[in-house]
Amino acid sequence: MCGSIRASASWVGPRERSMRDPADSTARSSAAGTIASARRSRLAAFLDSDLLHSFLSSRLVVLAALVSVLIVGAAVLAPLIAPHDPYDLKSLSLLDANTPPAWEQGGDPNYLLGTDDQGRDILSTILFGTRSSLAIGFCSVLLASALGLSLGLWAGYVGGRVDTIIMRIADVQLTFPAILTALLIDGVALAILRHHTVEGGKFSILVLAIGLSFWVQYARTVRGVTLVERNKEYVEAARLIGIGPLKIMFQHILPNVLGPVLVIATINLALAIITEATLSFLGVGLPPTEPSLGTMIQVGNKYLFSGSWWMVAFPGLTLALLALAVNLLGDWLRDALNPKLR
Amino acid sequence: MLAFAIRRLFEAAFVMVTVALIAFVVFRFVGDPINQIVGQDATIEDRLKLREELGLNDPIPVQFARFLVNAARFDFGISYQMKQPVTAIIAERFPATLELALAAALFAVALGIPMGVYTGIHRDRWLSKIFLTVSLIGVSLPTFLIGILLIYIFSVWLGVLPSFGRGEVVKIGFWRTGLLTASGLKALIMPAITLGLFQMTLVTRLVRSEMLEVLRTDYIKFARARGLPERAINFGHALKNTLVPVITVIGLQLGAVIAFAIITETVFQWPGMGLMFIQAVQNADIPVMAAYLLLVAFLFVFINFVVDLVYVRVDPRIRILGRPT
Repeated sequence: MCGSIRASASWVGPRERSMRDPADSTARSSAAGTIASARRSRLAAFLDSDLLHSFLSSRLVVLAALVSVLIVGAAVLAPLIAPHDPYDLKSLSLLDANTPPAWEQGGDPNYLLGTDDQGRDILSTILFGTRSSLAIGFCSVLLASALGLSLGLWAGYVGGRVDTIIMRIADVQLTFPAILTALLIDGVALAILRHHTVEGGKFSILVLAIGLSFWVQYARTVRGVTLVERNKEYVEAARLIGIGPLKIMFQHILPNVLGPVLVIATINLALAIITEATLSFLGVGLPPTEPSLGTMIQVGNKYLFSGSWWMVAFPGLTLALLALAVNLLGDWLRDALNPKLR
Repeated sequence: MLAFAIRRLFEAAFVMVTVALIAFVVFRFVGDPINQIVGQDATIEDRLKLREELGLNDPIPVQFARFLVNAARFDFGISYQMKQPVTAIIAERFPATLELALAAALFAVALGIPMGVYTGIHRDRWLSKIFLTVSLIGVSLPTFLIGILLIYIFSVWLGVLPSFGRGEVVKIGFWRTGLLTASGLKALIMPAITLGLFQMTLVTRLVRSEMLEVLRTDYIKFARARGLPERAINFGHALKNTLVPVITVIGLQLGAVIAFAIITETVFQWPGMGLMFIQAVQNADIPVMAAYLLLVAFLFVFINFVVDLVYVRVDPRIRILGRPT
């Protein structure tokens, strides 16, 4: 993920600089040689860019970014800040089960947001659950974008039969909603691994299922850009001096497609998180022993009628906020990077 | 038109055969079908005999051909879990899902179009902003959360609507309908809203952006200049021209509605095909999974095909563009 963010910064960077600030490039050439000054000018260009301006001019987007950073930060730091360890079965006591939040009658200040049916602290479980949800989301987006990027580049650059086959597969897959594909891959993987327990197997299955159901969009976009780029002079020149097709694809054409890919990836992240939560809610995702947000909601849903609303409400709220914030960021990024809307 | 239809038909057939191949591979190679059918204590001779009887020793292409022929006759074998013919299970479940999907689509259109028109005409009114905020939330929230929220409000808190099942059903031929009883209709409300909310927001946003586009065109300005009443302009001239893309999207979304019914049916324990599929996935019931996959693929391909034809019929521009040069 870090790689693609950095790559995107360089994608936006040069264009912004050359377009907006001609003085900057002369300043840069005069101070050529020292890396530090180049870096500073890059920072200055970023601070001066349209991207930052459009970011700060929408309060909603800033709020969404803050919420995302807060949730992601809390999830990453979960082992440090969580009051309890939800994976440590020894520390659980059934006597503490179904405790309401601390401010309700019968609440325990030790369990701020109450406990679930196993006596697990809801707050800690949410922190660790968000961690799992985010990890699966990031990894599956990474898988989907890597797969879509490679296949799209290959189809667009080589063309011919390869192109037809890859795009046909994409068309067939696009006939179905992604959630159905994910469910199917998940179901088949479960059926195959029925009698074996693999360490971390559930995690990999989910990443595989979600990643494989979202690659089509990347492949189509990347192919489209590649079709245009491959006929340009710089590619022809590279071919003439004998550079191999792999190197041309990944070193020469790839930087030109990273922008749209980043936008799709951001929007897909929210979708991937929701898909993981949905699969877990349907009972084919992460098991209740290592819950994600979806699993927590599934478990809590069973106790909705017995009045234990906190088991669903807090994980549900976290998921809703996370999905909404990432969605808003993705929408904004799409509009901000779309030159047609400027 | 005919050439277009035939080309589309070939594409649809290609999709169906691909999906059938996937379903066959899963069906044949994930787990041993024999082990799933006979018990632990069956002898090796019994197993070999059954293997021969089921034709599992034939060459793979022959088996695939047989699978295709059987599928075309709606014969998908016996469910591993329920020990009944898959076709019988699906026939029992199909009406529930179709009624739910159609109710959801109706909800989406009946609310989405007026909301879209309103927000398109009155861009800056506060009611428009509320509609758009609601639609943003509808797009962002996972379906199952919306369902749980509705259950909490209307079943747990207010206690006015049932939280699971279809209510009383009336049997007409093989079709069990919940549309003819009061309890059946009551049970339909929340699942239909949950399932249709995403499509409703989609329709709202689509109609809104189309309206904004159309209202800027010259013929609308001209209609205004002629002194036509606002009402006639908005509905007679503008809305009519936004409906072509709306029809397409609704048609294409009908397939998505049937797929997303899996989630809604799980939340509300609605006894339809989606719930059946989820139970099949949990129990590794491969014949049911394969049958569901093929059926849904068929529905999708069929809907796509019809929408394509309708689109060409309605919009003459495509007929000209689509003509091979």
